[in-house]
Amino acid sequence: MDIGIIDEIIDKHGGESGALIQILLDIQGAVNWLPKEALARVSEKLSVPMSRIQHITTFYKTFSLTPKGRHEIHVCLGTACHVRGAQDILATVEEVTGVKPGETDPDLNFSVETVSCLGCCALGPVMVVDGEYHGNVKPAETAKVLSQLKLTETAEALEKLKQSETAEVLNLCACQ
Amino acid sequence: MAEINLQIDGKKVVAQEGMTILEAARSIGVEIPTVCDHEKLLPYGACRVCTVEADANGKTSLVAACQQPAANGLVVRTRSEKVDRIRKVLLEQMLSHAPDAEQLVALAATYGADRDRFDKEASFCILCGLCVRYCAEIKQKHAVGFFERGSKREIAFIPEVAVRECWDCKECFPLCPTSALQAAYVLTEALMTPPEVDGPGSGHACAGHKCQCG
Repeated sequence: MDIGIIDEIIDKHGGESGALIQILLDIQGAVNWLPKEALARVSEKLSVPMSRIQHITTFYKTFSLTPKGRHEIHVCLGTACHVRGAQDILATVEEVTGVKPGETDPDLNFSVETVSCLGCCALGPVMVVDGEYHGNVKPAETAKVLSQLKLTETAEALEKLKQSETAEVLNLCACQ
Repeated sequence: MAEINLQIDGKKVVAQEGMTILEAARSIGVEIPTVCDHEKLLPYGACRVCTVEADANGKTSLVAACQQPAANGLVVRTRSEKVDRIRKVLLEQMLSHAPDAEQLVALAATYGADRDRFDKEASFCILCGLCVRYCAEIKQKHAVGFFERGSKREIAFIPEVAVRECWDCKECFPLCPTSALQAAYVLTEALMTPPEVDGPGSGHACAGHKCQCG
């Protein structure tokens, strides 16, 4: 992580201690989680004690003190979604991504979270993938959406691999 | 300063503006039990043991005496069936954390609280915040703080600060109403994981093995 990004975000808010939560939200948005170095920097520049920052970051569920996947999947388990089969949706999400609720896979592809209500019960069961709402989802549809994401991820990974030195080595090996 | 006239347990009290109900009561020798109150610290209202009944404008409400400002015409009852019942349950909940804490046991005897009513909790901490507030307000070191929320809420030391400040201070330990051991345990836990040597912003964080700077 580039500490310059953190400084930029802090400066954008004028280094005001009152903007602490906004700053933390922006950092969370930019780097997908709150690394310790970032928090230390915020604490130093805003003159806010670390204990206060830790209190706030552990209080709000929006903040993550561990790295999050590139794709965030939220499955609503609120009452309305629950009675419309949210459990099946969650099971499908777990099966396709291999990630349990509250966890992230080692490749940082997916993070899965359960939520207790998204405020759009008429659409239940609801699944949110990278901020995009999928309402009235069936398990099959869920699997389709996620498989598409997974394919994109794999394609991107392959593309990266192609450009890297590893690929060159592999090519060499293949030639010989 | 403006004077405020109110009534506490049937006695007339003349309080100064800015006084809380608790302070007004103490000025005439009426005892209101407290757990999280400390003379040097700002009112916090964590334990709610100082809850009293207050009548104002024809409405009775339950307020924390340590935080509620004294107001003109207020009629306060520090003991009533309702207040006693509330204190009893609060004490029973705290006793599930610390069944042998001296202060709690004494209060439990007054209010008939049963220390075995609730299942025992693993932590002695009743989240009164005395250590957290003392460290922040008096020492201004912010070495200990609250983490998480709801039923998971707990106190914890920030290792980077604790390693520099706590060993020679420990002034928060005797403040603990339940068990000074709890804070000691939490502190040790924090120091068990030495902070990263190169951590920026952590100042003198070289508690690890590689450092020779004393």
